[in-house]
Amino acid sequence: MKADRLRTAAASRKVPTGITGFDEITGGGLPRGRTALVQGGPGSGKTIFGLQFLVNGARHFNESGIFVAFEETSQRIMANAESFHWGLPELLRKQLSFVDAQPQPDLAQSGDFDLWGMLAGLEAQVAARKTRRIVFDALDIVLALLPDLAARRREIYRLHDWLPKRGLTCVVTLKAAVDEPSSITQQPHGFMQFMVDCSVILNHSVVLGVSQRNLRVQKYRGSQFDENESPFVIGRMGFDVAIVRTLGQVDATVTHERVTSGVRRLDTMLGGGYYRAACVLITGFPGTAKTTLSGAFADAACRRGERTLFVSFDSDGTEVIRNLGSVGILLQRHVNSGVLRMVSSRTVRGSAEMCLVSIKEIAQAHGARCLVIDPVSALSQFGNEMTAYGVAERLLDWSKAERITLVCTSLSNEISERAEDDTLLHRSAMADTWIHLNYLVQAGERNRGMSIIKSRGTAHSNQVRELILSNDGVTLADIFTAGGEVLMGTMRWEKESAERVAIEVAAVAGKLKGVTLDAEQAELGVRLKAVQTELLAKQIEKTLLARTTASRKAEVLRGSARMRELRSGDAAAPKRKRRP
Amino acid sequence: MTSPAAFKFQLYVAGDSQNSTQATANLRALCRQYLPGRYEIEIVDVFREPRRALAENIRMTPTLLKVSPRPSRRIIGTLSQTQRVLDTLGLIAEAP
Repeated sequence: MKADRLRTAAASRKVPTGITGFDEITGGGLPRGRTALVQGGPGSGKTIFGLQFLVNGARHFNESGIFVAFEETSQRIMANAESFHWGLPELLRKQLSFVDAQPQPDLAQSGDFDLWGMLAGLEAQVAARKTRRIVFDALDIVLALLPDLAARRREIYRLHDWLPKRGLTCVVTLKAAVDEPSSITQQPHGFMQFMVDCSVILNHSVVLGVSQRNLRVQKYRGSQFDENESPFVIGRMGFDVAIVRTLGQVDATVTHERVTSGVRRLDTMLGGGYYRAACVLITGFPGTAKTTLSGAFADAACRRGERTLFVSFDSDGTEVIRNLGSVGILLQRHVNSGVLRMVSSRTVRGSAEMCLVSIKEIAQAHGARCLVIDPVSALSQFGNEMTAYGVAERLLDWSKAERITLVCTSLSNEISERAEDDTLLHRSAMADTWIHLNYLVQAGERNRGMSIIKSRGTAHSNQVRELILSNDGVTLADIFTAGGEVLMGTMRWEKESAERVAIEVAAVAGKLKGVTLDAEQAELGVRLKAVQTELLAKQIEKTLLARTTASRKAEVLRGSARMRELRSGDAAAPKRKRRP
Repeated sequence: MTSPAAFKFQLYVAGDSQNSTQATANLRALCRQYLPGRYEIEIVDVFREPRRALAENIRMTPTLLKVSPRPSRRIIGTLSQTQRVLDTLGLIAEAP
């Protein structure tokens, strides 16, 4: 209970703006019941910031708000804000109201005046609607009408005193040339930034022809805040301030789930495939089949039924589909079924920051679980060198938080021999799996080799494999080493076929030997049988002989007895013949 | 044969704040001098009638509204520069 109360107390000190990134920078939003100053040059997004503060308050925190427009009319502001998907007309019916306070062009003035008229009107409005948030847009317009510095100061103090008594959290926007810091303090309302509790500076600059926006919190009384400039973009949903979650804040649950790379042998090399929500970096020289490898991944993801976004900076989506079709990766069917979304640089363009925001928005709209960016090095081109690193970091951070498996390709500079020289490969430190593709030129051939440079948390093969593209898709082949040299392509094929022949010869020889042995065995068997038969015959002969002898002896005895009988001359001889 | 209130003014004031008090005094003096008997002044306190001030788009106080005769005019401030006020209201400064 106590913890709850403490949390509420902490939360109640700040009013969330609901602006992506801004609440993180300020640790919760703008100071509750106080005034925040937003300064910026023309077109820096002051009005949008203010309006979004109110819109989000109404939409997400059920706090009604009033927008006091000193510069543009409310109709124009509403018309301008229509491009954002805020549902403004709906909000205007209940929680949001505009107060037009533009001085009419023919307004005559004589002498000093004060802002009580406006405040009294607002007071009634605030009470009626239980307003919690208020924005004074371009307060400098009305301040400029005041005759002297003292009067301006007086009116600012009046406002400053009036707001907290009504429990209003206020955003005041002022025009300022923030490029020259000294000019701020010299401006008539410059002291206002010393008075307010929170001051935000919006900056809009052009670097090498690319528009870059930055936001910086200049001060925030009684609170910690990120003091650095943070890039932001004004996207389809309004402000999007780029921040990197610190490691502690990423509570993306780590998973052991694997997703296939689309190439079976690569999965084996990685010990089962990529990790879900991992960032895979595929680097390589032009034409080393980076796109093909990422296409294989996308195809496999789509076949699992996972919604996939394929961002192609180099060529149009249809071209990618055609090209990948030639190696048996058929993506058109996935596009047709709506699982795959192909996006080209025609959709995603502008500064690296803008690209990131577009990619995020499209991925979110598509509900993507797998994302391919081909090549991610496109983000570091054309005036984005400074921001590309941060953008890449945030891309990773975001994809991890969203549990999106990210496959990025990156073009290596062919001139530099070492892959580490690649500018965007700062990121390789952040990538979870890094696959490098290169050429091996040997014996008049250029063959693609693939190796896994690193893969966090997975046992992975140290072997270089040859990447073979065929009509049937992507396969990996073992490479041979012979005399310390790596064999690929035709030489590998030769070696392979030589091995095949050797195996065949050995098989035939074995067979032949078997047959010979069989024959010998059969022969011996036959001989054994013949001898056995002969033996039997001998035995029979022997038996027969014995029997013949016995019967002849008996016959002889019987014959002599009979003879004596017939002679009858002698007395019967004794039965037993006695030899003398 | 004087039309009793040819000039109708509304002066929006913020209670008895300094600017508003000055404006009230200046307006009364001006009317007495240049439009004797031909004016009508309504003082509207924005604190008492904030809704009315809001509806009338009163943002700064004091604000003087000339309701009639047409065209209507509005002047903000303490009305301290008499000539300017007269010009804006379309009154020719008649020699006193």
